[in-house]
Amino acid sequence: MNAAHAGRAFRAILWRELLRFVQQRERFFAALVRPLVWLLVFAAGFRATLGLSIIPPYETYITYDVYVVPGLIGLIQLFNGMQNSLSMVYDREMGSMRVLLATPLPRGYLLVARMLSGTAVSIIQVYAFLAIAALCGTEMPPSGLLPLLPVLVLTGLTLSALGMFLSSRIRQLENFAGVMNFLIFPMFFMSSALYPLWRVREGSVTLYELCRFNPFTYIVELVRSTLYLQFNATALAVVAGTLVVFGALALIGYTPARGGPAAGRAGGGG
Amino acid sequence: MDAAENRSEPREEAAAGAAPTLQVRDLSYSYGKAKALDGVSLSARAGRVTALLGPNGAGKTTLFSLITGLFDSRRGEIVIAGHPIRRARSKALAAMGIVFQAQTLDIDLTVDQNLRYFAALRGLPGRHARDRIAALLAEIGLADKAKAKVRTLSGGQRRRVEVARALLDRPALLLLDEPSTGLDIATRRWLTTHIHSLARDHGMAVLMATHLVDEVLAEDDLIVLDKGSVVASGPVGEVVLRSGAADLDAAFTRLTAGKPEAKP
Repeated sequence: MNAAHAGRAFRAILWRELLRFVQQRERFFAALVRPLVWLLVFAAGFRATLGLSIIPPYETYITYDVYVVPGLIGLIQLFNGMQNSLSMVYDREMGSMRVLLATPLPRGYLLVARMLSGTAVSIIQVYAFLAIAALCGTEMPPSGLLPLLPVLVLTGLTLSALGMFLSSRIRQLENFAGVMNFLIFPMFFMSSALYPLWRVREGSVTLYELCRFNPFTYIVELVRSTLYLQFNATALAVVAGTLVVFGALALIGYTPARGGPAAGRAGGGG
Repeated sequence: MDAAENRSEPREEAAAGAAPTLQVRDLSYSYGKAKALDGVSLSARAGRVTALLGPNGAGKTTLFSLITGLFDSRRGEIVIAGHPIRRARSKALAAMGIVFQAQTLDIDLTVDQNLRYFAALRGLPGRHARDRIAALLAEIGLADKAKAKVRTLSGGQRRRVEVARALLDRPALLLLDEPSTGLDIATRRWLTTHIHSLARDHGMAVLMATHLVDEVLAEDDLIVLDKGSVVASGPVGEVVLRSGAADLDAAFTRLTAGKPEAKP
């Protein structure tokens, strides 16, 4: 693989994703409004009713809106991963995916480039959300924002890989809504995004166990600890492992010899 | 591997009587238990248009998906400009321009953005891509549409852009999968004339799948595909002669067991 060719192709894939993102203003606003509603409406209500004890990585008592920010960062990236998945199914139906996959570069490279491009879009959304949240009075340590960047690349890639794997299994655009409902909401609610796990355990041990086996919990906890400049080895290992598993499944899903027809369906009658 | 390095020289190949630009040997493919292609062998030579004629469901699009690497089969071999697609996928794809049957442009981008995106995917340097895009748009008569969103173009204009896109890095082999589907008569005529000129004047090997007999010219090579198998191949005149029919229309009907496609 020629490095110059690979670089040009990556820039082109990234440019196309960013251009589509800029052109679809509704998508940008939806990506921001969703977590902001949680932060400014939901969290405002819970702030008065939910007490949070001092739990790592926090070193003092915090308000609920502060607690929920890492979960909402995860939510942004989760929705973006699913948006990517939807976009790939759409591209497949519209034929653009065939053009990409018939490019003279290794297929794995093209798919990783596509995942990274989607991740870049999600990172823009995350920082825009954090800026608005700060303006609205939610306290965050500014020193954690820069170290957060590589973590967002990792978590974004993990959720993009999940989205890409799903797109390789979804045969029709119409099936997508069902997958979204059965995946996004359970992943989000059965995690530490909205409540600390010790609180969940007080309510239901079964739910607590489910949350512990949910990779999204570790995505949220990795973001949370990084934002407060703490290293969470367990969360990092689980997120990296999840990326490897979903990444491998996505690549297998788009391999022509193993179910690849979903990736590059002939689409013709000849 | 840079796209430019991969390009073969079709004119020299034709002059030297070298191996065909595309060689397909004993290729088979199944969707589950349903066999779509069964021991297909064919070739496309530089400087010639090879028409792949077959009724709907004959396996043409499956064959194209295998040649373009979208599908993979362990049964048989595909060699493009000397590169086996299974062992040297990138080099094989770099030698090939493709016009898919379905429309594959991004309708939310402009014509120029679509072409620049594709040029970058093919590894063309920016300045070279810009010059090439300008030349190709002029050649297809759409220079004034460079900044137009694809969604505003007619079906015929979109098809022209797709042909230009396939030619961006001067491929040795041009594949067209039923390119006239849904086009008006004027665009179909332009397409037929243009691809024959590409073969004749630029020495390109062209493989065009079609189910329309009137898109095949007397000077073309012909492969008739039916139910996943090649039932006849050779220059058009020879195929007609061997079939014992009076013309290609009748020969096609006879070779495909009386299942001609309706003319548009």
